[in-house]
Amino acid sequence: MTTTSDAPKAGFRPSQLIYDTRYRSLTIQVIAFIALMLGLSWLVSNTVANLSALGKDFDFGFLGQRAGYDINQRLIEYDSASSHGRAALVGILNTLLVAALGCVLATIVGVLAGVLRLSKNWLIAKLMAVYVEGFRNIPVLLWILLIFALMTEATPQPRDFREGGGASMIFGDTVAITNRGVFVPAPAWGNGSLILLIVLVLSLVAVWGWRRYAHKTQEETGRILPIGWGTLGLLVVPLTIAFLALSMTSGRVTQPIYVAGGIEGASLAEFGAAQQGINACAVPNSTESLNLRRALRAEGLRFNVVPVTTAEEAIAAAEAGRCNILSLPASTDAATVPAGAVALSDTIQRGSPVQFESPVLGGFNFEGGLQLRNSLIALWLALSLYTGAFIAENVRGGILSVSKGQTEAAFALGIKPSRTMRLVILPQALRVIIPPMISQYLNLTKNSSLAIAVGYMDARSTLGGITINQTGKELEGMLLLGLFYLVTSLVISSAMNLYNSRVKLKER
Amino acid sequence: MKKSVIFGALTATGLLAGAAQAATLDDVKERGELNCGVVTGLAGFGAPDANGVWEGFDVAVCRAVAAAVLGDPTAVNFVPTTGQTRFTALASGEIDVLARNTTWTFSRDTDLKFDFIGVNYYDGQGFIVPTALGVSSAKDLDGATVCIQTGTTTELNLADFFRNNNISYEPVPVETNAEAQQQYLAGACDAYTTDASGLAATRATFENPGDHVILPEIISKEPLGPLVRHGDNEWGDIVRWTLNALIAAEEFGVTSANVSELAAAPGTNPEVNRLLGTEGELGAMIGLENDWAKNAIAAGGNYGEIFEKNIGENTPIGLARGLNAQWTNGGLIYAPPFR
Amino acid sequence: MSDTHAQTVSFVRETMLPEAEPPVGNRGAILWMRENLFSGWFNILMTLVSLYVIWWALAHTMPWVFNGIWNAGSLTECREIRNATLGEGASAACWAVLGDRWQQLMFGFYPRELYWRPVLAFVIFLVAIAPVLFAGMPRRALWITALSPFVMFWLLWGGTAWFPVSIALGFVLGWAALRALAPIAGPLVAVIVAAALPIIYWFYTAGPLARELEQVVALRIEYVPSQDFGGFMLSFIIGIAGIILSLPLGILLALGRQSDLFIINKISVGFIEVIRGVPLIVWLFTASLLLNYFLPPGTNFDLMLRVIIMVTLFAAAYIAEVVRGGLAALPKGQYEAADALGLDYWKAMRLIILPQALKISIPGIVNTFIGLFKDTTLVVFIGLFDPIGLSNAIRASVEWNGIYWELFVFIGLLFFICCFSMSRYSLYLEKKLQRGHN
Repeated sequence: MTTTSDAPKAGFRPSQLIYDTRYRSLTIQVIAFIALMLGLSWLVSNTVANLSALGKDFDFGFLGQRAGYDINQRLIEYDSASSHGRAALVGILNTLLVAALGCVLATIVGVLAGVLRLSKNWLIAKLMAVYVEGFRNIPVLLWILLIFALMTEATPQPRDFREGGGASMIFGDTVAITNRGVFVPAPAWGNGSLILLIVLVLSLVAVWGWRRYAHKTQEETGRILPIGWGTLGLLVVPLTIAFLALSMTSGRVTQPIYVAGGIEGASLAEFGAAQQGINACAVPNSTESLNLRRALRAEGLRFNVVPVTTAEEAIAAAEAGRCNILSLPASTDAATVPAGAVALSDTIQRGSPVQFESPVLGGFNFEGGLQLRNSLIALWLALSLYTGAFIAENVRGGILSVSKGQTEAAFALGIKPSRTMRLVILPQALRVIIPPMISQYLNLTKNSSLAIAVGYMDARSTLGGITINQTGKELEGMLLLGLFYLVTSLVISSAMNLYNSRVKLKER
Repeated sequence: MKKSVIFGALTATGLLAGAAQAATLDDVKERGELNCGVVTGLAGFGAPDANGVWEGFDVAVCRAVAAAVLGDPTAVNFVPTTGQTRFTALASGEIDVLARNTTWTFSRDTDLKFDFIGVNYYDGQGFIVPTALGVSSAKDLDGATVCIQTGTTTELNLADFFRNNNISYEPVPVETNAEAQQQYLAGACDAYTTDASGLAATRATFENPGDHVILPEIISKEPLGPLVRHGDNEWGDIVRWTLNALIAAEEFGVTSANVSELAAAPGTNPEVNRLLGTEGELGAMIGLENDWAKNAIAAGGNYGEIFEKNIGENTPIGLARGLNAQWTNGGLIYAPPFR
Repeated sequence: MSDTHAQTVSFVRETMLPEAEPPVGNRGAILWMRENLFSGWFNILMTLVSLYVIWWALAHTMPWVFNGIWNAGSLTECREIRNATLGEGASAACWAVLGDRWQQLMFGFYPRELYWRPVLAFVIFLVAIAPVLFAGMPRRALWITALSPFVMFWLLWGGTAWFPVSIALGFVLGWAALRALAPIAGPLVAVIVAAALPIIYWFYTAGPLARELEQVVALRIEYVPSQDFGGFMLSFIIGIAGIILSLPLGILLALGRQSDLFIINKISVGFIEVIRGVPLIVWLFTASLLLNYFLPPGTNFDLMLRVIIMVTLFAAAYIAEVVRGGLAALPKGQYEAADALGLDYWKAMRLIILPQALKISIPGIVNTFIGLFKDTTLVVFIGLFDPIGLSNAIRASVEWNGIYWELFVFIGLLFFICCFSMSRYSLYLEKKLQRGHN
């Protein structure tokens, strides 16, 4: 399309702007630029005129105002007294959470379905074809609604877990699947968890070293070292030893339960019977707090937890009368114990560096543990299954694109089937699979904005939903929301492109 | 010539500036139709039937206004709006009046630049729980999971209620009343909270209504009413007095059955005469024909008739008048005098 | 060899044996099952697991489907019938809701006596795309394609026929200006005038002209406002309008993205990336909440048109990427050949590059359409009555409050049929095109 002509020697004439190819492109661009600017200024002036006609202003002050609504699913501290900005942040984190989870599961599902669709087993291949076509040809919104409804209807409600309700917890009473979500044990961190972390980091360094060494050995001598077993061993053995050692020693140390307004030396049951209500000051996610709660539950006592972050805060809270029972580390100096507080005869253990708190059935619902809400699971499943169907097709195409001769050649060289897949087929298939996979990840992230259909509070529901509705700041809210999605998309696509350029065939 | 919407749109992008904001009454008359914002579907308050004809308590207000202004209760263009799009639709002039069980609040009236023209239903937020839970008061709901529709004031009320009483709860936001109903029935939430009228309507459709109880606490005031854009007071007056005419008609015993008879000749009650245009010039004062109120009442009956037909005790919704009885019967429904 | 054979062996068979059947285990269904279902312990396990899954799924759904009740006026009635015939708590669908409301799910609130209009419009659409999709059709048939949008618009919305005619005149005007000016003032000026003239005409003359013509010869059918549109008809209209209207813009954007002109290139890239980077639902909210801010004060037009505009812009970005793929797939020789023939940019594009590139892109365009068609369900969030929106409205009516799966199954099935057949078609095209290249 670039037609070049000999440059005329004469000086510049205005008609050259149109007829001379050298200047014409410039002319076109200037015209396009002016048209664009005119269009933009038209939009902006309209917006300004409309805003002033409605008596609205353009400012982001609403982000600092009190939000006033509660969000059930949150990764950071938030309550109805927090600001709209914080609500938006909660939503953004939720979007990122479901997008990340979704991408991982969609990849697993997609790869599995793609490989199985090529399976020699006719039934499996057909089943996978039904899955892929079914999900690809029905709107994702419908799938989200259907899966959510299915989970609501097909799983038991917490009430059914009571005596004679017909439902029971699984995995030794540690996991409960209800129609409000799946309750799983939550980790509580105790004394020495920092040591465990250090051990883990050291193990990881050792793994890295071992892999490097194994690789080098293979390059030099051809001897193949057991990389997988070595890694597993290096990860598991030191951690187990450290955990057991810490649990046996400092974990066995007991500590007194301090209470305010009780009789020294009384048992926990006596104390509980004498009190109107029990408020426990405890650091959430700590083993002391967990063991205190266990002790209280063992006595059948109902209690509230007043969350504090340190032992000093707990003491301060007790002095202010906000709680009447405390769990303080054994090392606590008796002098710092709040005035009027006394130790009971019952004691609790400090516990292992990591303990898992299982959910137990409380008044209305399961308490303790970690609740994976139904809205999150439904959205996650629906997005993953929907996107997985598309990824399955990409994977199938990728594998089919690798010539059969490659497999045969690898077998002829005596390479094991698993290694053939890992070292020969996949690297070649990946080159075909990855580019469309990037756009599937982007689609999944964007589709997560349908979260409102199941009441999952993502960025669209908080910032672009309730906040806009309460404050009437559509323009600012939508602008921020659009920017967030745009930045997320650009980050994902550039990260994946970076990866793609690394696995791409190097051509000279 | 009836101007097509698309038609106007394409030519309007550069031309039709300033038309919508100036005088809503003139716009409506020129258009020959009233654009009325309604819900996308709420049993008893507004939903299309099998023939696509809109019916409901809020819808009746739209029809009355259309009858008063245009003389034809069917000259209404119903624009379904969601909780999120309703205010923008009104602010942008897409609709002339919003009759979508919207709570009258300070900030909506002032900051969002609307005018609430009255209250057609006094509501309050309540809770419904299964009888099996054995809960008798909302304050017993400590730790409960509560289903709630998003994008409404109920969310804020709920947060405030639990915060004030220092009890914890877990909100489960849902998009529509129908979803909420399904979640609640499946036991995914212990309680469902929304306007008490909605709770009654919802409970009425359950397979076993007796297994569910509406708790006595009403945790908020929800005066629901139609609203118009701020700034066009003439239009606001028309909608306000149309609603008042419906209310006054019930007070004076004017019904859809006897309205044409009463409007034929002046009767004994001068206020009824003024209302129905057989005496005085009330219609002209708001820029309408003198039989505006007669048309409005003839459209769907007076306030009481509309109530009974759509949400009253003989309908599946089965709401008692309660606060929404005439002031003469101890309720809050009260129309200023027509004089 | 045969000699020695004859002497050493007492019996030699001179003729072939008739072909014997393979053993029972090695033929027919048994062989097939052995090879495809039970080869090896892993496969047997997989087969059993699959069979169990299928059985489980069918056992849970089939009674519900086939016990379904077709004749009832409301959900309560359905439940009564079920309790009477199948017993309390039996699993039975209430398909009666479909009998009662299927017209709404298909056409929304479109007047019943006018259902022939959308149906006819759809038939015209099928006729009109035939020349594009099937290469065997005469090229002259493309005129039908060009005219069909105006006819379809008129059929769907009704009103005066002069309005689409006067809009179409704008295109004729632009084309005439291009033809008349190109020899006199040069191509660049001609293109600019040809672009500006119709716009001015549409803004200032088209409306009054149509009104005048209507005064002279009344040519109108009943007008149907957009609020009455709904159901699958709405999905189709938004999807089809989005794709058709976005094609020209998408092609321009693709050319812009391939262009060497720096500013044009950057504008195109920016537009495409911004549109693609933000979810459709955010754009729909923009259409519903913000578009009025961007237009001159007081301008106001109906939500459906706003949605179509936004969907068009959205689809244009995706079409642009598809067409770009088509452009990139063309061998460089084609571009060089066009240059060698001395064609200018537009001629080269129009006569050589685009016809080939678009042909390669058709499967991609069909796939974009499938995606767009599925995404039309998102308009439920801004209060339009697409099938899902209608299902909410139906469930809000007193009779059908509480109904759930039946509507979704119906909607899902219809979507599946439409999208599946389109995707099969696009696959067929892909295969056909591949053969052409190898």
